[in-house]
Amino acid sequence: MSSYKIIDHEYDVVVLGAGGSGLRAAVGLSEAGLKTACISKVFPTRSHTSAAQGGISAALGNMGEDDWRWHMYDTVKGADWLGDQDSIEYLCKEAPKAVIELEKYGVPFSRTEDGKIYQRPFGGMTKNYGNGIVQRTCAAADRTGHAILHTLYGQALKHKTEFFIEYFALDLLMKNGECKGLIAWNLNDGTIHRFRAHTVIIATGGYGKVYYSATSAHTCTGDGNAMVLRAGLPLQDMEFVQFHPTGIYGHGTLISEGVRGEGGYLVNSKGERFMERYAPKAKDLASRDVVSRSMSIEINEGRGVGKDQDHVHLHLSHLDKSVIENRLPGITEAARLFANVDVTKDPIPVVPTVHYNMGGIPTNYKAEVLTVNGSEKVVPGLMAIGEAACVSVHGANRLGSNSLIDLVVFGRAAAKRAAELIKPGTPHEKISDSETQKCLDRFDKLRNANGETSTAELRLSMQKTMQSKCAVFRTEKNLREGVDEIKKTYDGMGSISVKDKSLIFNTDLVETLEFDNLIRQAVTTVDSAYHRKESRGAHAREDYPKRDDANFMQHTLAWCDGKETKISYRPVHNSTLTNDVQYFPPQERVY
Amino acid sequence: MVQINLPENSKLKKGNYFKDKTGSKNLRKVNIYRWDPSTGDSPRIDTYEVDMDNCPSKVLDILNKIKNEIDPTIAYRRSCAHGVCGSCAMNMDGKNGLACTTSHSEISGDIDIFPLPHLKVKKDLIGDLDGLYKQYQSIEPWLKSNSKSESTEIIQSKKDREKLDGAYECIMCACCSTSCPSYWWNGDKYLGPAVLLQAYRWIIDSRDEDRKERLKKVADELKLYRCHTIMNCTSACPKGLNPAKAIAEIKKMLVKA
Repeated sequence: MSSYKIIDHEYDVVVLGAGGSGLRAAVGLSEAGLKTACISKVFPTRSHTSAAQGGISAALGNMGEDDWRWHMYDTVKGADWLGDQDSIEYLCKEAPKAVIELEKYGVPFSRTEDGKIYQRPFGGMTKNYGNGIVQRTCAAADRTGHAILHTLYGQALKHKTEFFIEYFALDLLMKNGECKGLIAWNLNDGTIHRFRAHTVIIATGGYGKVYYSATSAHTCTGDGNAMVLRAGLPLQDMEFVQFHPTGIYGHGTLISEGVRGEGGYLVNSKGERFMERYAPKAKDLASRDVVSRSMSIEINEGRGVGKDQDHVHLHLSHLDKSVIENRLPGITEAARLFANVDVTKDPIPVVPTVHYNMGGIPTNYKAEVLTVNGSEKVVPGLMAIGEAACVSVHGANRLGSNSLIDLVVFGRAAAKRAAELIKPGTPHEKISDSETQKCLDRFDKLRNANGETSTAELRLSMQKTMQSKCAVFRTEKNLREGVDEIKKTYDGMGSISVKDKSLIFNTDLVETLEFDNLIRQAVTTVDSAYHRKESRGAHAREDYPKRDDANFMQHTLAWCDGKETKISYRPVHNSTLTNDVQYFPPQERVY
Repeated sequence: MVQINLPENSKLKKGNYFKDKTGSKNLRKVNIYRWDPSTGDSPRIDTYEVDMDNCPSKVLDILNKIKNEIDPTIAYRRSCAHGVCGSCAMNMDGKNGLACTTSHSEISGDIDIFPLPHLKVKKDLIGDLDGLYKQYQSIEPWLKSNSKSESTEIIQSKKDREKLDGAYECIMCACCSTSCPSYWWNGDKYLGPAVLLQAYRWIIDSRDEDRKERLKKVADELKLYRCHTIMNCTSACPKGLNPAKAIAEIKKMLVKA
């Protein structure tokens, strides 16, 4: 039995994660008078929201007529009908208010001639239910995420949110199916902290690092998702992994869809604008899954560029110089640094790169976590928001610029719901020490692991498997191999080695704990993909090329107690939230 | 006479040498500052021979390679790996910068990697930025406006918005402040270039209604006027920003005020 001294804290609400959604929730909670702690393994402005470039969608109509219902239709279609339309209605209806609020917080949005927020075209964003392109994506040059993240951190400071920075969360504290708090390790001084809370809000982002090549940061390890799995709760729609069409070849750095929004286009080795063949109407601004698949087909059929013909070119040198300077300065810098390309002269080499997880912790539109036990049930005391959550508004494929709006709309919704549920200062229940002990035993076991295999080796093996067996195109054979290989890697945990035994900034142990989190998500992702025998959105099965609404108009739920996974399904919600809009019945998806 | 002694563990002890095991013909020596607070030991410089044939182009790639393949105990901050999160700021070859955007081909000879200068070190390459973060909080980095409308934004002309260019892009990596001799000397009172650039960002935002108060708050012998236009900040900024100019602009505004 491990013994660590524990420092106790009591809060009304604990927010885990300080990216866009976590900070927006923290601001709302503080405003509501709830005693709030915000815990993060990195300083808030280091969170991966900072890497979002292109913009945040909202039907403001600053650049011509727009309607939140059109935005809703685009999102439903983008999601390939796997999104819950009640949640999507909430997202799109609340979006304009949420963006105006951000502007009032101080976000330095780019401006139109008349001084309003500038909006640019983005993939899949249309007017009048698919009839023509609309400019809906609000932008602060091509640094929108950075601008929003820094502004939200400022707001959190204004509202005196209590931060616990460079604390690594270990596990949730559960009691009879309810969440009562969490345990975290303070990297600064090596102490262990137990936070009791009436509600824990998980805002830990995605888990892109299960793949070898991703636009995701080193820290995108889905720690909250794994904590939920360890608490015996399911994750939803994990097979839906978005490949962004334009990651820099060889490095993975994101090149914003805003480039194509501003008029850039993709070209193969024959100099063709090939997207015209795959999406005659939307062309380069089709949704991301469609563009990534088209690129992969071009490459597979031998029309890729470069020595190995394994990528394509993104052209923007034809754009007006002032457009590049004023609206795309960040990607100009990234292309220079990571592809050695001057975008005013040469194309950027790009390849589909893992970018976003549509799947995550199942919630309703109020951000309350759901599980299924006969029917849908709310897990008391637990909420999830942002990329960690699967509301599900993005369904099988997220539209570009819908993630930033998801962060603030549902960050806000979570705070609102918590304020309804919790009376400030309500006393905390006693919880037995067994949960704490279970958590610390895992921690201590990994800390003292003296096996032969380094964490980096196991992580690489997992990443290579995911990259080759669970990529843009999938088959039964590939996925079966993937399931087996990932399980083997999981078994490798038995012989893992951690060389650093200290407690202060032991990043060897941090990476091992992160790997323990990643591998559980890799297992659920590849298992969920194996069981979904249809093609929908980002999940493209060569052996089942059609969408199968009769059998799979359902969310996948995956439980995983380590290596064993249990798969189950729950129906997609087939109604809207209010009568302000009609349910959009499934159609064939053409761009 | 006052006798000044350096603390016992301020002297470097002999570091470890990690010889190449790959048999590569293309090796570089990488010297890294190491210090673990839990041991009570003095700091040391460890040297690693790194196979450059299988290493991508940035200094961060070298660090990742060492951590993954040679020595997992080395501690440094890293996240986005493309210059927007500001985590991996450190001193490389005597210059502050982001490890993820600094090419190792730009460094000749051995590669020396140290924490950002003049910060308390938490471990290895991890510096203590708590003081800088508190100073950031002190300039109240949020918009002060009485605009209440929930349906319309505050109008800002393109020209007014342009004034924020070069100021809002700061990633708070602290490369500038930790390169500034005035900040080294008076870092507890002088706000330093990073925080003053942020102060400037809010002072010149046309939507902000607290400009006068903001200027008044910053107009202080120590907070502002410790800047002696040394310009290290501007040459250190990995984002190509110009904090020295922002500080000069604040001083100019105060003269006119």
